[in-house]
Amino acid sequence: MDILSNLALGFSIALSPYTLMLAIIGCFLGTIIGALPGLGPSNGVAILIPITFTLGLDATAALVLMTSVYYGAMYGGRISSILLNIPGDEPALMTTLDGYPMAKAGRAGDALVLSGVASFVGAFLATIGLMLLAPVLARVAFLFGPAEYFALYLLAFCTLGGMASNNQAKSAIAACIGLGIAMIGVDSSSGLPRLTGGNLHLFDGIDFLVAIVGLFAIAEVFFFIESHGKGSAIGVVLDKVRIPWKDIVATRWTMLRASLVGFIAGVLPGAGASLGSFMAYMSEKSIAGEKGGFGTGVAKGVAAPEAGNNSAAGGALVPMLTLGVPGSGTTAVLLALLMTLNITPGPTLFRENPDVVWGLIASLLIANIVLLLMNVPMVKIFVKVLTVPAWVLLPGVTMISFVGIYSLSGSYFDLLLMIGFGVLGYFLRKLDVPTVPVILGILLGGNMEDALRRAMTLSDGDATYLFSSWIAIGLWVAAFAGFIAPMFLRNLLKKPQAVTD
Amino acid sequence: MASDRIFGLITLITAVAYIAAATQIQTNLFSGQFLPKLFPLLIGAVAAISSLVLIFKPDPDPEWPQSATWLNMAIAVAVLSVYAVLITPLGFILPTMFAAGIISYQIAPNARNATLSGIGLSLLLFALFKYALGLGNIVAYKIPTLASLWDALTILIPFVGGH
Repeated sequence: MDILSNLALGFSIALSPYTLMLAIIGCFLGTIIGALPGLGPSNGVAILIPITFTLGLDATAALVLMTSVYYGAMYGGRISSILLNIPGDEPALMTTLDGYPMAKAGRAGDALVLSGVASFVGAFLATIGLMLLAPVLARVAFLFGPAEYFALYLLAFCTLGGMASNNQAKSAIAACIGLGIAMIGVDSSSGLPRLTGGNLHLFDGIDFLVAIVGLFAIAEVFFFIESHGKGSAIGVVLDKVRIPWKDIVATRWTMLRASLVGFIAGVLPGAGASLGSFMAYMSEKSIAGEKGGFGTGVAKGVAAPEAGNNSAAGGALVPMLTLGVPGSGTTAVLLALLMTLNITPGPTLFRENPDVVWGLIASLLIANIVLLLMNVPMVKIFVKVLTVPAWVLLPGVTMISFVGIYSLSGSYFDLLLMIGFGVLGYFLRKLDVPTVPVILGILLGGNMEDALRRAMTLSDGDATYLFSSWIAIGLWVAAFAGFIAPMFLRNLLKKPQAVTD
Repeated sequence: MASDRIFGLITLITAVAYIAAATQIQTNLFSGQFLPKLFPLLIGAVAAISSLVLIFKPDPDPEWPQSATWLNMAIAVAVLSVYAVLITPLGFILPTMFAAGIISYQIAPNARNATLSGIGLSLLLFALFKYALGLGNIVAYKIPTLASLWDALTILIPFVGGH
């Protein structure tokens, strides 16, 4: 009954008219952000963080707003996948496989509503999973000392590098770029600057928001310049939207299975929503077999990845809240939000700030219901948003990013740095180097180094201390397995390519 | 092939420079002799090894854009940089109008649309930030002096400006 009383506490915080209004605004904005091609959940949340910060919202209000945007963006990602065959974000890629053929067959409305319901089921079950699993994991996390934490951070980088990218060396370089950047600034123990090159602007270190907005949002501008805005929507048609009860009932087990698979994938540190939707789709495909017709526009092929993707998004919150290790790019951005609000995730969060945790969980449930109610009747409005041309959208996003970053410190230096990160992001993505490890490195670098230093201080410089407990050894083994195993599995688990016209 | 090798070489040189810089990190009694250097050295080492792997086992080249597109992107970077330094002396509206317009033109070269989106976006965002979100202090407009403009622009010239 602990959970119920905690949940009651959460709702007492999150269910005021003001926060409800914020949740609705957040869901609306989030769905639009997710729907617009080239503006995924990571971008969207990243751009909004500094602005929320400047608005002076308190921690709960800011959290409600941003988690609504986060969940909303997860919902919205499917709209452009289904109608345009362009995934709004990476996890939505799997939805294009059956969603787009379904839309071409004149069932766009059905696909949108069905995927909305699947998203709801996935996110709802994941939130319940989060409630059950997070407090347990938080208790386990109390056993973690510096050696275990160091191994855990390593595990996050290794699984992220192993599963989310095509080349381990490249993701290792990406992680090193991020970690290396995190080292810049005044060292906390000596009080002396490190690696600043004498530049006074760097004494405070590089703000992770500058890097996130640069790598995600500004880099996108260069991609749109390269493609000259092609791929933006022209003439989307959507027939009458009805609720396809038959499909929803027929896919109920698919949704449940996909939610479970997605949740597990999400909980793994570093794996995240892309893996969740991929695993959910592939497992349903193999259950359905040849005659299931996956890839030709079947209802199950739409429901599975959407339930998996949204469930993974919820599952990714488990390691993020209990251990401070995010499970995906977007949760990394959410971690950035918590750190901006001066909330340190970790096992103590559940004991010391139950209002924040349970307020967050309650607001996730609220956001989820708001999204379902909003998405079915209002889907036409969101489809309209897709017709905003790239030559208005991208300059607008850029200018909002500039205002947001400028509001952090009011200095030109951050803005120039952000442009630099944008250029870096373009080249990294062009070379197939994942950018999420860079972000994760900047976010976690300080903590990871702290863990290592404390371990070294405790053991008086003895490196074997890092392997001194079974938990630590288990994490090291998992880290190596997560990094190396995908090299051999890569041929077995080939990602299906999106359908082309 | 070549792209990855060049990238690997750049990261290798950066990693070596990073290691060199890490050995020079100042320490004192509070931090101990070695601890502030340890993690940066490890990062540099991992980066250097990964760079070598990349040099010896590169992936196929990506499809790089045409030279005209490079020019478009360079213009965008230049415009954004000038925008970044001018937003302090000139305020929000005027620089945004030009920056948004030019970026829009780089994405889709249509003078009428670009002008409209420049003017529209700057006024719309100004109204949004000032009146709807109450961030008037950030998007205020200012009357510049020649000196403040010059100060701002010299930031972009290496070794001259920047305080």
